[in-house]
Amino acid sequence: MSILVIAEHDNAQLKGATYNVLAAAEKLGGDVHVLVMGQNAQAVADQAAKAQGVAKVLLADGASLAEGLAENAAAQVLALAADYSHILFAATASGKNVAPRVAAKLDVGQISDIVSVDAPDTFKRPIYAGNAIATVQSANSVKVITVRTTAFDGVAAEGGQAAVESVTAVEDSGLSSFVGRELAKSDRPELAGANAVVSGGRGMGSAENFKILEPLADKLGAALGASRAAVDSGYAPNDWQVGQTGKIVAPQLYVAVGISGAIQHLAGMKDSKVIVAINKDAEAPIFGVADYGLVADLFKAVPELTDAL
Amino acid sequence: MKVLVPVKRVVDYNVKVRVKSDESGVDIANVKMSMNPFDEIAVEEATRLKEQGAATEVIAVSCGVQQCQETLRTAMAIGADRSVLVQTDAELQPLAVAKLLKAVVEKEGPQLVILGKQAIDDDANQTGQMLAALLNWPQATFASKVEVSGDAAKVTREIDGGLETISLKLPAIVTTDLRLNEPRYVTLPNIMKAKKKTIDTLTPEDLGVDVAPRLKTLKVTEPPVRSAGVVVADVPALVDKLKNEAKVV
Repeated sequence: MSILVIAEHDNAQLKGATYNVLAAAEKLGGDVHVLVMGQNAQAVADQAAKAQGVAKVLLADGASLAEGLAENAAAQVLALAADYSHILFAATASGKNVAPRVAAKLDVGQISDIVSVDAPDTFKRPIYAGNAIATVQSANSVKVITVRTTAFDGVAAEGGQAAVESVTAVEDSGLSSFVGRELAKSDRPELAGANAVVSGGRGMGSAENFKILEPLADKLGAALGASRAAVDSGYAPNDWQVGQTGKIVAPQLYVAVGISGAIQHLAGMKDSKVIVAINKDAEAPIFGVADYGLVADLFKAVPELTDAL
Repeated sequence: MKVLVPVKRVVDYNVKVRVKSDESGVDIANVKMSMNPFDEIAVEEATRLKEQGAATEVIAVSCGVQQCQETLRTAMAIGADRSVLVQTDAELQPLAVAKLLKAVVEKEGPQLVILGKQAIDDDANQTGQMLAALLNWPQATFASKVEVSGDAAKVTREIDGGLETISLKLPAIVTTDLRLNEPRYVTLPNIMKAKKKTIDTLTPEDLGVDVAPRLKTLKVTEPPVRSAGVVVADVPALVDKLKNEAKVV
């Protein structure tokens, strides 16, 4: 049994999510290979070769794979799929984009967002915004899976000595082309992998007011997040959204400020180790999941908390 | 250009579902059902394309039980011209739906299919991508902006860390993200007009598609419950708890 893990990277750096997927692969048992698809991505392949538990790294390097277009990426995975019993992607924007395309071409069902491996063919995954956990079994010859990265502790980045093997990159499909990318610049840790997250909701009132969360986040070394209400109101950028339809986070500490705690938001953060809620409404549902709740005006409590830390 | 919009009937997003005591699934008897929110955005986008003159006809399609007709009526009240219902009582997984949709696409010949990025019941986020694969069409998932001109669509996508723009050769598949648009309210006159629009009913057998589930659900359980927390009196008490009890700061 061999397992193929699709690496997440930006052509220069292997992303943390890959280590979490490798941890899920380890639980399956079997040889773990990593596929790095990109352009000038040798450094990424070298990094993947050092990860714990990796038996081999396949590097598909070519212009067709430079920007991660789904059509080309899926074709590349399919070119190698015959040798594997499991193909694992991270449940990130790029993994979710490509994995179902691979599964459909293989004529197998895809298993989304697994949170545990019960057996090589049996997995747990949340449904209904995390309000239920389904245990699913796949009888398909190949299991195509996306892994919820927060549910698995990443493998060590050092200690492995896998060989890097080049494979031929696929031709460009000609169906789609890359136009441009606008990435938000931030010195803070990445939301999905942060140890602490400070999130604001509608209660923040404005984009200007959101800034009072920054000193608190800096003190905690935290990433900034937001509820959908805050994002929709334009208080925070889209990619800060935590929830069923945004990012799923599970930090050591999650501080929810001015967030009522709708089902869809809880789906994105209720696996955090410690949840703190600051809200002036004592009846807010967020207090139902918070370890520590503070009923107070956030504009007073947040600066006070920042000073006290 | 015809636009096809698949819509799904799901438990309303405000309902907190309960797991059945025999762990066979969630209890959805007698709960409010609605159109999947991402699909509403898809219908709205297709309707706007028609209003801009980029689309000539918008066809809504749903797969599932007879009651999906209500969902299709809602789609037609927003702006779809007519509907197709692929009626079956069988459990439908994303691959089966993608195969049914492929058959409908081949029948109707749309240049663009707009789907929601995920359904809020199974949270799979697969159907659009699978349909694109089966048709061998390009895909743009998690779209927050769609511009159609000539034989191409320029789509801005929400990705981790920001936005990305890609160009697709038509025919193509687009899946909607929340920020694509704000669906309009359906008005009473439009609901009345939607009643006069047609719904063609087909079955998986008519389309020659095998819908047998590929994944078996062994059981459905409650997620682990968090133990009840405490409400602290003031900020110093909170800091004390974080430092000395939780030891996270």
